[in-house]
Amino acid sequence: MSPAPTVGMAIPQRQHYCDEVQQMLYNASLWNGHRIHFDMPYATEVEGYPGLVVAGPLMGDWLHQVVDEWLGDAGMITGIEYSNRIAAYVGETVTSGGTVTAYDEATGEVTLEVFVKNERDEVLTPGVITATLTLAS
Amino acid sequence: MSGLLSEDVLSHIGKQSEPRREIVTRRDIRKYAVATNNRQAKYLDGDVAPPLFHLHLFWDVVPLSELSPDGVSIDSLLPKFPLEKAMAGGLDITYHKPIKPGDWLTATRTLTNIYEKAGRSGPLIFYEVLMEVRGDDDELVVTEKTTRILR
Repeated sequence: MSPAPTVGMAIPQRQHYCDEVQQMLYNASLWNGHRIHFDMPYATEVEGYPGLVVAGPLMGDWLHQVVDEWLGDAGMITGIEYSNRIAAYVGETVTSGGTVTAYDEATGEVTLEVFVKNERDEVLTPGVITATLTLAS
Repeated sequence: MSGLLSEDVLSHIGKQSEPRREIVTRRDIRKYAVATNNRQAKYLDGDVAPPLFHLHLFWDVVPLSELSPDGVSIDSLLPKFPLEKAMAGGLDITYHKPIKPGDWLTATRTLTNIYEKAGRSGPLIFYEVLMEVRGDDDELVVTEKTTRILR
């Protein structure tokens, strides 16, 4: 991580495009057989979704990744609070990002408000991440 | 309050799952890192697990015959609720220690709360599940509180 965090600073954003293959591998890695993630007729005709639903915890993972990439080896995530408010669908491009809301130089604790949002700028997954920076000794 | 929650449903508060003990492998970490499109070498090489890896490690593995028709495994910790349509839920996770290949981890899940609230379009049921993941030395590795909403 290059610059020291300052309150209000935005961390670099990342775009995520989840296709069918990634969606299959992700749910297989969890052992999640929920049809809304891979069975198009079921997702659209039975559950009434406009497409295959991106797994909620995958968006939770992207919240972690955008902060973790910013931290690099200079710190580690110690906690997160987030909720899945709006669904994303396979084929959509969503963006993850965040803003520093608190930084304690004495302890190295940094707090960020984070999000995954869609192309219509709707926040799908809002959250708060805390991390501890390794202090230069 | 409409009093949706019977004594019987509420009596499930405090119920705990059988502890589940699993081993962390480099291959599992690598699969999880690839599947989430992680870009950091330490995770892709499986040297250390990325945050949220505990979801992968402790997702319930049940026989196909025990999955519901929509492919979901039924959570044996939960009672039959009078409302069943799941809405967005929330997670509150604390990471105490990094997870590495070779670690044996044990997860215990507890149904810590069930309550109802009046929503804009009817009553809502909330329930909370606490999952504690510990190492063989009994030290906490991950604590995860899940809140789910039914309407």
